[in-house]
Amino acid sequence: MATNAFDFESKPDISWCPGCGDFAIRRSLLAALQELGIPRGKLVMVSGIGQAAKMPQYVNSSFFNGLHGRALPAATAIKAVAPDLTVVAEGGDGDMYGEGGNHFLHAARRNPDIALFVHENMVYGLTKGQAAPTSRVGMRTPVQVFGVTSEPLNPMALAIAMNVGFVARAFSGDIEGTTRIMKRAILHRGFALVDIFQPCVSFNKQNTLQWFKENTYPLEEGYKADDRAAAFARALEEKPFPLGVLYESAERQPFEELLPAYREDKRPLRERAHDMAALRAAVMAKA
Amino acid sequence: MAELSIVLSGEAGQGIQSIESMLTALAKRARFHVFATKEYMSRVRGGCNSTEIRISRQRVTARVARIDLLIPLTKEAIAHLGDRIEDSTLVIGEKAIVGYDRMIDLPFSAIAAEVGGAVYANTVAVGAICALLKIEAGECERGVRAFFERKGAEVQEANAEAFRRGYARGLALGPGLAAAIEPDPAVAGEIMLTGADAVALGALAGGCDYVCAYPMSPGTTVLTAMAEYSKSFDVIVEQVEDEIGVANMAIGAWYAGARALVTTSGGGFALMSEAVSLAGAIETPFVAHLAQRPGPATGLPTRTEQGDLDLAIYAGHGDFLKIVLAPGDLEEGFSLARAAFELADRFQSPVFILTDQYFVDSYYTTPAFELPLAPPTRQVVETAPGYRRYALGSSDGISPRGIPGLGEGIVCVDSDEHDQGGYITEDRAMREAMVAKRLAKIAAARKAAIPPKLFGDPRYKTLLVGWGSVKAPVLEAMAALARPGLAYLHFPWVHPMPRGVREYLEAATTCVAIEGNATGQFADLVELETGRRFDSRILKCDGYQYTVEELTERISALL
Repeated sequence: MATNAFDFESKPDISWCPGCGDFAIRRSLLAALQELGIPRGKLVMVSGIGQAAKMPQYVNSSFFNGLHGRALPAATAIKAVAPDLTVVAEGGDGDMYGEGGNHFLHAARRNPDIALFVHENMVYGLTKGQAAPTSRVGMRTPVQVFGVTSEPLNPMALAIAMNVGFVARAFSGDIEGTTRIMKRAILHRGFALVDIFQPCVSFNKQNTLQWFKENTYPLEEGYKADDRAAAFARALEEKPFPLGVLYESAERQPFEELLPAYREDKRPLRERAHDMAALRAAVMAKA
Repeated sequence: MAELSIVLSGEAGQGIQSIESMLTALAKRARFHVFATKEYMSRVRGGCNSTEIRISRQRVTARVARIDLLIPLTKEAIAHLGDRIEDSTLVIGEKAIVGYDRMIDLPFSAIAAEVGGAVYANTVAVGAICALLKIEAGECERGVRAFFERKGAEVQEANAEAFRRGYARGLALGPGLAAAIEPDPAVAGEIMLTGADAVALGALAGGCDYVCAYPMSPGTTVLTAMAEYSKSFDVIVEQVEDEIGVANMAIGAWYAGARALVTTSGGGFALMSEAVSLAGAIETPFVAHLAQRPGPATGLPTRTEQGDLDLAIYAGHGDFLKIVLAPGDLEEGFSLARAAFELADRFQSPVFILTDQYFVDSYYTTPAFELPLAPPTRQVVETAPGYRRYALGSSDGISPRGIPGLGEGIVCVDSDEHDQGGYITEDRAMREAMVAKRLAKIAAARKAAIPPKLFGDPRYKTLLVGWGSVKAPVLEAMAALARPGLAYLHFPWVHPMPRGVREYLEAATTCVAIEGNATGQFADLVELETGRRFDSRILKCDGYQYTVEELTERISALL
């Protein structure tokens, strides 16, 4: 019997490269899910496409592994239709900030009660080494042969600007720290972003495990995460990048709680049916 | 006199719609059959638009070219309607504004000013039209008051006065129009609604409880209707950032147990095609209402065409079942929208309801839709531990669909090729088994297809073949032609092709396809299926629906 309810009895055939940061993130995720005591049947893992987006395949729960970049619209709907479920969306920086960038912005606006874990390795892995939206300027790849010229996307600053109620950065090298942040993100009522620095051992020779260690620092004890302007200032810091919960606020109400369908009736949609007498009246209202 | 065709024409925002909605409500109240359709430019103000209203003793469901009574609101209206204005057309309006020699001057604004302001001009016009229609004044006035019920006593009174004055001026015009139209008592119990309303009510009857869309004409009509119904039904309605998000959201909603609907037009549907493929791969139901407008690209945003059939049936990469339904009248709009949810749920596949601008915007009186006593049941199972979403073994390729949170099992779906449990696989035998599973659903759906319906002479020589919104003009043209040996085969279900079509075609000497597009997209599919080539194709791509006269002439030329 597996010791973690979300692990498998027999070891799954995991397609990540040996040494990939994804393994550490998986350990953090399984620990967070177990420690929170989420009933296994009440969790849905949602993802798009990419190496990180294969995570749901390696978690023993329900999952929706859809299209590249499109995890968030699906996750938003799943939570809206069945608010009794815990919904975790997970994927890489290309999946969530590149192909899915528009959905990221609008998920931030809607604020569904979803935890979003983004594996940030600053490179494309599954397509073999092209630039990600988070690649640093100057990085050379088989496609960006003269080096990346575009400004890297800053997910922390973007999320704080969009007033996301939980904005954190973790580092795959710190499994326990990542677990703690993931747990807080899942417990947060509303959209929660955890951007997780991780090395890509196959395609990113620039941002290595060592590079991340040298270019990050943990937020100091006593850091107040409820000051949005201060958090934004921290989000702009680079080399070193701050690690931890940059911003946290319970001010915004989650998307699904604002839906009129749940104002009086808290049951998920699967337990309801339309009133046929009301429908008959709606037809006859056209008389 | 059996019927009257009235056309209102003017700029967008000038009041055509107020006259139209008041007039059709009064005519329905007076137990006339009513049909109304509009054509409008892609602009919010200005331009030149028109609305056609048929008021009749018999059911009328198609547009005609003939204009018996024209109310032009601008000078441009005369040129806009061109040769539809004939010697027999009675033109009534403000001569000072319209400046048309042949018109009868009826200064709506001046009369409205006497009542209290230009705002009442539309009601004055309605009054004059009702007098010409010889609808009893007292009943009309009660109708006018009912129309303005929510606006308070003062507005009601002013409009009643405007109506009386307009009515008096209409009477003063003399006989003008021939005998009065006989009402039909049966209209009393009927409903009057647009194609968009019929689709929305059908969706509710099909258990739709989640609607998401990105606004796009003419698909928005159904979004707006469903948003209104979300006030009285448990329906989640969400406007999404783009159509890609829309489709993925809808599939997520179905996965979690909802019955979701998306509504769009060709351009938006094109953006959804990868998600259509996702629905096929993960065998999750999906229902899209696709209100067609002329393409390519932005095309004619506010006009009509049946040009997206190929887009719909070939949407999404890979081989999988898509069901395409195309209502030809309001009853089919309701019943097919309802059926779309049952079919999507049963076959765990995408279903598209293909309408068009003409269909969603036109409205008429029709018998009230029949409703089942019980709401539809979600076709999902409570899962047990060890549940596998894609269990193999059924002959129709359908495996029981679980949803997360219902039962002890887990529900795993993956856009990658997967095994029975939903886990990624590249095993060749499993790949072939999953392809076969998906293909079996196509065969099963063909067996369940709604067969085409034959109208006219069952011992036909000439067979007209059409789909979707050409149904009503074809039927009326056929009635006008009254020729023996002529029949129309109508397809409410257009894909996958129902069985037995070849037999229908082989019984005819001449086969004629009728479609509202440039090439005959459906005719191509029928030819591909049956091997029988059409002798003629009647096609149209000017952005307008066929008029009865136009079709009558074009069919007649082939007989």
